[in-house]
Amino acid sequence: MKEPSTVENAVEFWRWQEYQRIMPGKSWKSKDLITAGVDVGSVGSKAAIMVNGEAYSWGIIRTGSNSPESATKALDYALKGTGLKISDLKYIVGTGYGRVNVPMANKAITEIACHAKGANYIWGPSVRTVLDVGGQDIKAIRIDETGRVVSFLMNDKCAAGTGRGMEVFADLLKIPIEDIGGISLKVDQEPPPVSCTCVAFAKTEAMGLLRKGWSKEKVLAAYTRAMAVRMANLINRVGLEKELVITGGQSKNIGIVSRIEVVLGVKCLPMPNWRDNGLDPMVAGALGAALFGKALYEKAQKS
Amino acid sequence: MLMITHYGYTDGSGEYYITIDTDKCNGCGKCVKQCPQSALQLETMFIDLEDKTAASITEEHRKKIKYTCSSCKPESNQSPCVLACELKAIKCTWKSQ
Repeated sequence: MKEPSTVENAVEFWRWQEYQRIMPGKSWKSKDLITAGVDVGSVGSKAAIMVNGEAYSWGIIRTGSNSPESATKALDYALKGTGLKISDLKYIVGTGYGRVNVPMANKAITEIACHAKGANYIWGPSVRTVLDVGGQDIKAIRIDETGRVVSFLMNDKCAAGTGRGMEVFADLLKIPIEDIGGISLKVDQEPPPVSCTCVAFAKTEAMGLLRKGWSKEKVLAAYTRAMAVRMANLINRVGLEKELVITGGQSKNIGIVSRIEVVLGVKCLPMPNWRDNGLDPMVAGALGAALFGKALYEKAQKS
Repeated sequence: MLMITHYGYTDGSGEYYITIDTDKCNGCGKCVKQCPQSALQLETMFIDLEDKTAASITEEHRKKIKYTCSSCKPESNQSPCVLACELKAIKCTWKSQ
């Protein structure tokens, strides 16, 4: 288990790791078509740089209270050490919850379209169903072989069962957020799901279960199971068609992913090895946005 | 090309969805005018590298659609928005238990 980061001795178990990646072996030349996608989410801000439509670098930071500032910081982070400047970017697309607040963007595009395109880029043309589990909402998207959206369910009732909910549980149980998925699987038998995924109610219910003598693992398993059931319902609403993939921060939560697979009876396409230079499903929206940037730039050149 | 947008949710009491076929929708806005709750809006969507204007449920009402829409009797699928649409792009799915 990693040592959680500390600030003034207060351990912030919810705090997930910000990072930047430059794809090894890739470079850019001044005549290349370089585009960027900036995805400002409710919890994380992601920026991706593409060179001729290929992922080159990206940066992921926590979204602050100010969307334009978070967009700028994420883009600066993605550009760090690449030798590129914002003026080298031919086209910038803003997306996500805060997309209208991306100051340097040439255009804002809904995150549904960008996640669909990004999932198609990461996993290829066999993807038909994308579940995006973000910080404050969940989206189920059906796509065709080109990554085009065919059908989607945008929103469920509230922020229940999202990344933010997991952050609350990490704090409640004092478990680092990145370990939560694995720990939720350390139960001999899967307990019944908590009755309500509402963050506030689930927290109260969880505290009751802990007092009753349930282990942290069991409580987490019950909450994660409830989240997975809720996500599966959403997918069933738009219709499940293989292949299924999960994007967004919770794609990294093995407890969620494996339970969705059990509830739906379908395996997701394997998660790229993002820790070791694979593409990161958390940047799917930003990658899709950068790809749209390339297409829009080329379209503008032709006309 | 086909694109269907679903707004709404399933909760302990039933299923509540307004479905808009953005391929059929031409963005005329008649449904927006007919909605007594002001729950509909015209929104710019990005489809096949083009911006397209189509009807959608406002952010404010997406999470409380069960209450917003109930007075229009959506279970009949004959609510004002459905009737206002000559292109038959709007459908209600309402199943309370």
